[in-house]
Amino acid sequence: MRTLRRPRTTWWKTGVGLVLTALMLFPVYWMVNESLTRDQDMRKTPPNWFPVHGTLDGYRAVLHQQLPYLGTSLFIGLGTVVLTVAVAAPAGYSLAKLRPRGGGLLSFALLIAQMIPGIIMAMGFYAIYLNLGLLGSVPGLIVADSTIAVPFGTLVFAAFMSGIPGELLQAAKTDGAGQLRTFWSIVMPVSRNAVVTVSLFAFLWAWSDFMFANTLDSEGGAQPITLGIYHYIGNNNQQWNAIMATAVVASVPATVLLVVAQRYVAAGVTAGAVKD
Amino acid sequence: MNSTTPLNSAAQPGARAARDTKGVPGARGAVLTAPRRGPASGPRLTSANWAGWAFLAPVAVYLVAFYAYPMYRNIELSLHHYTVRSFVHGGAPFTGLDNYRSVLSDPAFGPALIHTLVFTGVSILFQFWIGMGLAVFFTRHFRLSATLRALFLVPWLLPLIVSASTWSWMLNSDSGVVNYALHSVGIAPIDWLTSPKWSLASVIIANVWIGIPFNLVMLYSGMQAISPELYEAAELDGASAWQRFWKVTFPLLRPVAAITLLLGLVYTLKVFDIIWIMTKGGPAGSSATFATWSYQLGFGNLLPEFGPGAAVGNLLVVMALAFGLVYIRAQRKQREA
Repeated sequence: MRTLRRPRTTWWKTGVGLVLTALMLFPVYWMVNESLTRDQDMRKTPPNWFPVHGTLDGYRAVLHQQLPYLGTSLFIGLGTVVLTVAVAAPAGYSLAKLRPRGGGLLSFALLIAQMIPGIIMAMGFYAIYLNLGLLGSVPGLIVADSTIAVPFGTLVFAAFMSGIPGELLQAAKTDGAGQLRTFWSIVMPVSRNAVVTVSLFAFLWAWSDFMFANTLDSEGGAQPITLGIYHYIGNNNQQWNAIMATAVVASVPATVLLVVAQRYVAAGVTAGAVKD
Repeated sequence: MNSTTPLNSAAQPGARAARDTKGVPGARGAVLTAPRRGPASGPRLTSANWAGWAFLAPVAVYLVAFYAYPMYRNIELSLHHYTVRSFVHGGAPFTGLDNYRSVLSDPAFGPALIHTLVFTGVSILFQFWIGMGLAVFFTRHFRLSATLRALFLVPWLLPLIVSASTWSWMLNSDSGVVNYALHSVGIAPIDWLTSPKWSLASVIIANVWIGIPFNLVMLYSGMQAISPELYEAAELDGASAWQRFWKVTFPLLRPVAAITLLLGLVYTLKVFDIIWIMTKGGPAGSSATFATWSYQLGFGNLLPEFGPGAAVGNLLVVMALAFGLVYIRAQRKQREA
């Protein structure tokens, strides 16, 4: 009886799940739909629920006007990843395995750092960059963006690396490897999943950052895609078709990374860090 | 929880928790993964200490240069009377707590405080309970449940400017799809973003949408840790689904729920992007919170008021840290338990 009944109840739940998911993702669908809608249809009543007279004009506008912004965002994202991993990975190793005196205090400082509102940081960075002449510079923005990811990254590395067996490090030491060598040749390769996880999030946050960009780079020559969209919105004749097309393009990394990150986060959990 | 789940539960929320850049509380769920320090770590060799600090040096320097120094600069700003000229060339006179006094007596202070509390409270209320409902729903495994649960993460991972501009367009008074839907059930159009009556509600709606995935992931992973035998026992005793939730799930989920709520509080307090992009805190300050008011003072006007802006920002830091410390305490307690 039970085995017969189960599939039917399951399908019913799947139906509810599909409806809920569709509701939740409606704004995303709407963004895509509007990005394909002709300008003259944008303010139509009733709206077109499907892109019946689909147009790629919006995406053409993206290609012509937004490519430099996308390039800048890509560069900023990659720079943030490098800086974040370079600072966070050694610190995670130290907190997890070397545990120097005072390390606990530093962990606490990292926790606190995560709670500081971004606008405070933005204002402080603005004052500092103004005096240093770093406003509008891409390296300056990379440093500011990395502050979102470094505390998170350090704590993830620490959690991950504390799962590395002590015998592995002891063996390296017995073979005559110094701390630096052990870190580089043993700890880092074994922590690949943590590196991927931290990199993905660091990239995504830098790519998505609007606040630092708007504060520190609004006059800059090289601006990220978030500002590209913002300028579109600020325009008086708002071309919502082009705005939505840019928004879709700006969402691509998030979507791709969601798929990849899911896999890697899951891999990190099941592999127990050290099996491969 | 077995030893592997914390990384899972933390790394995903981290994604957005982080989003302070995400009300979306971003990534900061990561704190869950803070390593446990052994209580009896014994005497250490000084050489190990040296190596340990050598590896910590980059992050320590980083924290001082890129966290402590901007924070210090901010406090310094709030204690001086800055004009544009003195901001660039220096020499602003020290005015003690004058900026704080003028901010506290500003007619915009009361509304901004109330909006901050309402925005945070209402956002959390809806995010949490909708997330809870969905988490309960997703624990009943059904076909496609894992895929659909993953799709629920999408709003959380989108850049905030994307979510905010999509919602702006959906809530457009004349051509927005929301007003069209209301119209078709006989409700008159609402000026969501342009009337002072509705602007705060509009940004709350968008923020709830962005925050649901975080709550869902946190609560779902907490529920995974509850033994299925408890439910079976409750079912044998004739407990209804409603009773099973309130007598089994809810009590056992309390530590995780507390952490979810506190993290949500810390990250919702500082939400800036969504409000700024959708309404700029307007019209007439009707959706201004401390975060947007502070930014407005410092960067939103032709004549920037850096001192008062920094003062408002520092008040926000105090609020965030107060909840933050409660969170860290709760976190410790749970780990010891």
